[in-house]
Amino acid sequence: MSGMAEIAPAAPETPLQRFVRDFTSNRLAVGALVVVLLIALAAIFAPWITPQNPYDLAQLDIMDGRLPPGASSAAGMTYWLGTDDQGRDMLSGIIYGLRISLIVGIGSALIAGVVGSTLGLVAAYAGGRVETAIMRLVDLQLSFPAILVALMILAFLGKGIGNVMIALVLVEWARYARTARGAALVERRREYIEAAECLALPRWRVLFRHLLPNCLPPLIVIGTIQIARAITLEATLSFLGLGVPITEPSLGLLIANGYQYMLSGQYWISFYPGLALLLTIMAINLVGDQLRDVLNPRQQR
Amino acid sequence: MTAWLLRRLVQAAFVVLAMTVILFIGLHVIGNPIDILISPEADQADRARAIAALGLDQPLWRQYALFLWGMLHGDLGRSFVFHEPALQLIGERLPATLELAVSAVLLAIVIGIPLGLYAGLYPNSLLGRSAMAGSILGFSLPTFWVGLMLIMLFAVRLGWLPSTGRGQTALLFGIRWSFLTRDGLAHLAMPAFNLALGNIALVLRLVRSGVRETLPLDYVRFARAKGLRPARVVGVHVMKNIMIPVVTVLGLEFGGTIAFSVVTESIFAWPGMGKLIIDSINVLDRPVIVAYLMIIVLMFVAINLVVDLLYTFLDPRVRLEDRG
Repeated sequence: MSGMAEIAPAAPETPLQRFVRDFTSNRLAVGALVVVLLIALAAIFAPWITPQNPYDLAQLDIMDGRLPPGASSAAGMTYWLGTDDQGRDMLSGIIYGLRISLIVGIGSALIAGVVGSTLGLVAAYAGGRVETAIMRLVDLQLSFPAILVALMILAFLGKGIGNVMIALVLVEWARYARTARGAALVERRREYIEAAECLALPRWRVLFRHLLPNCLPPLIVIGTIQIARAITLEATLSFLGLGVPITEPSLGLLIANGYQYMLSGQYWISFYPGLALLLTIMAINLVGDQLRDVLNPRQQR
Repeated sequence: MTAWLLRRLVQAAFVVLAMTVILFIGLHVIGNPIDILISPEADQADRARAIAALGLDQPLWRQYALFLWGMLHGDLGRSFVFHEPALQLIGERLPATLELAVSAVLLAIVIGIPLGLYAGLYPNSLLGRSAMAGSILGFSLPTFWVGLMLIMLFAVRLGWLPSTGRGQTALLFGIRWSFLTRDGLAHLAMPAFNLALGNIALVLRLVRSGVRETLPLDYVRFARAKGLRPARVVGVHVMKNIMIPVVTVLGLEFGGTIAFSVVTESIFAWPGMGKLIIDSINVLDRPVIVAYLMIIVLMFVAINLVVDLLYTFLDPRVRLEDRG
């Protein structure tokens, strides 16, 4: 990074090129990004790449229940990661589970991001009572741990993918709001906002076309970390039996299903879904860390 | 000081009041209170009597007043499952949870501070580097899965520690505790460690960055120049300054540790109030759910207040006037 200023580039670099070069300066982060992309692709194309459809009962054979990793079925199929108590191929189950985990995690992080960022921007731009009210709510929300708030919401709403997402959004929005407000407070004193206001542009236009794009970098960083947090929280809630229903099992529920068999030494039913979860979360976190290093202007010298 | 304390107390009271409104809405508007508060086994006459007794035929604002009134008298309804007052039921489970949470915080101190000191003093050493790498794992590992893996390794494979339960307990002040017996301690070890994981990572990082920041300061150099033993410089002069953030963060995290014990207790079948709430949610034992949530909110508000106060006493640089 330090040699950058001394050597004048032959052609002027676009911001995107600069971003790509900064990001790829860390090999670990690039590796993590590749893992994230592979996981996302596997989840998207699950029906085409899994050895079996784990939720098509016609393809399951209960006689194949709880086979260890590497065992073969009577039909000649190899279960690389073993099978669960229903005779379901764990590898297929995990890839389908990733789908649910990613949908819930990314979906809730996006919705919370839109809601929280909007509230944060409005708070910073409006100031006064609106700001006080919103930020008090944020402080209140953040003083309670996420798991407790989610527990409270699910205790009343009951389980289900929609309800889990509602709970995650309500848990997560406050962090976006705080970040967005922090960034917007700095940006709104800049000249371009003054200029936009002098042009008598409508308020929403100043807010979303001028203020928002310049507040995006910290929000993207928070968003990446929040996706990992949402996936972990969803898995934890599903493990407790409060999250997704049995018909749409996420990684957390797969781990919970294997719990009872673990005590008799059949580790693989819990172990491999957990490993997939761990890999996903760590890869996303590493990408997020690198994004923070690249996008945080304070660390650029 | 008094004005600040008063303002803080009023704020806390508002938070608690807001929670009662949220719980009330959760109970009475989202769910059907008749299904929630009256046992499904009740017959028609019982239902009518219960509706009148609970005041469900009254307007909403009166119902809310009744709800508050009952809460002020410590009456949060009776559990459908245990047929005991919900508050009493939770009170019985509270010591087990406190024991677990306190053990976890102690473990975080005993493991986190020495490792953090070492990593701060020798940042390029192998142990220092691996402690830092380990702390990243401590943050991003899904805790419940680590708990399962602990059971698999230490209980199933090696057979060193018992997998679940509280083990043998002994009486102290009329309450049963696990830490007083060998068997109880063996049962406590894994859940406490599992619950402590996040806190260990947190304390380690706090102490490490504290040491890195404090070492080059003038007063530390002066202490060294005076010819004090390195152990005294680090143990007294450096530690004193590091302990402020550590105490504050651990204090704030104590509430989170109690909340997260919900997960740990479910994994290790630890009979505390966290396991009780999960069981209650699964069988829709709503009076217990409401009582638990109310208690934990009170606990949180109290902890936040105490930590705020402690902070101002521990660090004279904090100006009370500046704090909102």
